[in-house]
Amino acid sequence: MKQRDIVLSALTLALGLGAASLAQTTMLKKGLKITLLPKNINNPYNVIETQGGLDAAKEIGAVAKVVGPSDAGASSQVSYINTAIAQRQNALILAANDANALLPYLKRAMQAGVKIVTMDSDTAPEGRTVFINQANSEGIGRAQVQLLGKLTNYTGDIAILSATPNATNQNTWIKWMQEELKLPAYKNMKLVKIAYGNDDDQKSFTEMQGLIQAYPNLKGVISPTTVGISAGARYLSTSSLKGKVALTGLGTPNQMRQFVKDGTVTAFQLWNPGDVGYLATYAAAALASGQITGKTGDTFTAGKLGKYTIGANGEVVLGPPYTFDKANIDKFNF
Amino acid sequence: MKNIRSLMGWEATILLLVVLALLAGALLSPDFLTAPNLSFLTANFSEVALMALTMTLLVIVAEIDLSVASILGMCSSLLGVLWSAHVPMPLALLLVFLAGGLAGLFNGLLVTRLGLPSLAVTIGTLALYRGLAYAFLGDRAVADFPAVYTNLGFGSVPGTQIPIPIALFLVLAVVVATLLHATSFGRGLYAIGANEVAARFAGLRVERVKLTLFVMSGLMSALAGIVYTFRFSSARADNASGFELGVIAAVLLGGVSIFGGRGSVVGAVAAVFLIGIINGALTIVDVPNEVLTVVTGLLLIGSVLVPNLLARFRAGRERRSRATQGGESGVST
Repeated sequence: MKQRDIVLSALTLALGLGAASLAQTTMLKKGLKITLLPKNINNPYNVIETQGGLDAAKEIGAVAKVVGPSDAGASSQVSYINTAIAQRQNALILAANDANALLPYLKRAMQAGVKIVTMDSDTAPEGRTVFINQANSEGIGRAQVQLLGKLTNYTGDIAILSATPNATNQNTWIKWMQEELKLPAYKNMKLVKIAYGNDDDQKSFTEMQGLIQAYPNLKGVISPTTVGISAGARYLSTSSLKGKVALTGLGTPNQMRQFVKDGTVTAFQLWNPGDVGYLATYAAAALASGQITGKTGDTFTAGKLGKYTIGANGEVVLGPPYTFDKANIDKFNF
Repeated sequence: MKNIRSLMGWEATILLLVVLALLAGALLSPDFLTAPNLSFLTANFSEVALMALTMTLLVIVAEIDLSVASILGMCSSLLGVLWSAHVPMPLALLLVFLAGGLAGLFNGLLVTRLGLPSLAVTIGTLALYRGLAYAFLGDRAVADFPAVYTNLGFGSVPGTQIPIPIALFLVLAVVVATLLHATSFGRGLYAIGANEVAARFAGLRVERVKLTLFVMSGLMSALAGIVYTFRFSSARADNASGFELGVIAAVLLGGVSIFGGRGSVVGAVAAVFLIGIINGALTIVDVPNEVLTVVTGLLLIGSVLVPNLLARFRAGRERRSRATQGGESGVST
């Protein structure tokens, strides 16, 4: 509730303070050096996210770049954090692959004066100053179960096809999905399996196949990862169960368009990942310019998105998830 | 005699390349040749460096252990399981070493008792030990290791910028170099690698020596697993996946012949640093990760190809020069 209030007030303020926001933007330092570090560079979701960050950097005259590992292993981001320290970057924005493995390195970066902002997948709070949450985790988790309930008439076995078992964001959403499933409306729905596709296309594809074969009464799958849902949809589209097993979760319109049009997938959800990176870059710039310190109640303006307030534990919430279906998907290109 | 001379030449070349890579790095970025950056950069290859030491010995006897990174992962995973089951750390570490040693022993027994090629055996155990890593820890991660231990992985030797794992590596490098270059056991390794049949006739217990080396490789991988786990404060089954490529690339680039019988610890150590420095220099100027992997691959191919081409070139020149001098035997090289 509290977070929704924050979002609402942020939106209201954004509308009201358009002019003031312009004034504040000019207070950001020019030529800030910002590194964007995605989970892995070939992840299409991360590509869109970091592009949003680059767009924001251009608006505020910062020098931003995207670097990152080619695999999403726990430790593969460490050398990039160390490089950011060595290069004396003003800020580092990252989507963490592991909530703990990066902590000592992030702490060292903060000691060296690099401002740390996490987006999309958080570390433990002591590893960063601000976390950009794409949406309230509770809202995302519950919304996906609500959508799948509608698609399956609230009956049958369901499964979850997640990313890596340690992905902080996925695990939090799954926790809230399980909470939502405890409500009486879902008494005829049973979560039979949480499978992990490791955000790898081929592994996700095989895991989807495995789910379908292992659970003949499977009526629905939630895949809260863009890699998982598109690999899962690709398997389903060629399977005899196309249209019979409902697949939903978090996907991007461009990846899912063909599956929505051919009837494999009825509806799925997401926020605009570009906005996540965009907001993160403004937050990082505000921190690096000394405009905010990251304490609860600090406010800053994020260009076209308007004004945001830092909530408890340094969290900033972008907004609620959005449902894409046949009727609206063509309005989006990302 | 000539072999030794050409080997020294190769090592000198690698050492020279290390210096050149450092200079190139300094030219590419003013932030490269700084104590903190060099500290990060070396800490980054601690595990590869450790495992390269025992891999050097194995490759000298014309064997290979492709399962090192999987043993690392298995040991890391086991350490996580034991710690989360409240096993006291000293006992947990002991059990982890035991597991690494057993994994090496199993490799060694398959190779020496059944006479299977180590390439095939350790490809099999590469999968097997990684599988066991997942069996121990599943998809979980254990992260709540006490700071006393994680500081050993993460920290520097007091008063210096030398990462503790690298200090440990340097000590072990001296130990392994002494073993290889200054003991009869070490000389025996060259004899076995150069001509196993002859070594056997000379009374060397080839099987026992090889078994010992596989166990050492297992123990070293266990140590690397402990270092990795503490360095990232994270025990996961997928830790250090694919690290065997870096280990083997370093050993071969270091002038250890893949056919056995030739090589030195100095060469392998220099090559570990060379690869690490090249990667570090490219990372600091934001060269994408895919390119780094390509560079490692090319170094690996080059390290096998260049000595081979040089040997052919020399052999050809010798044959020609002997032919012009009217010598009869143009066969031996």
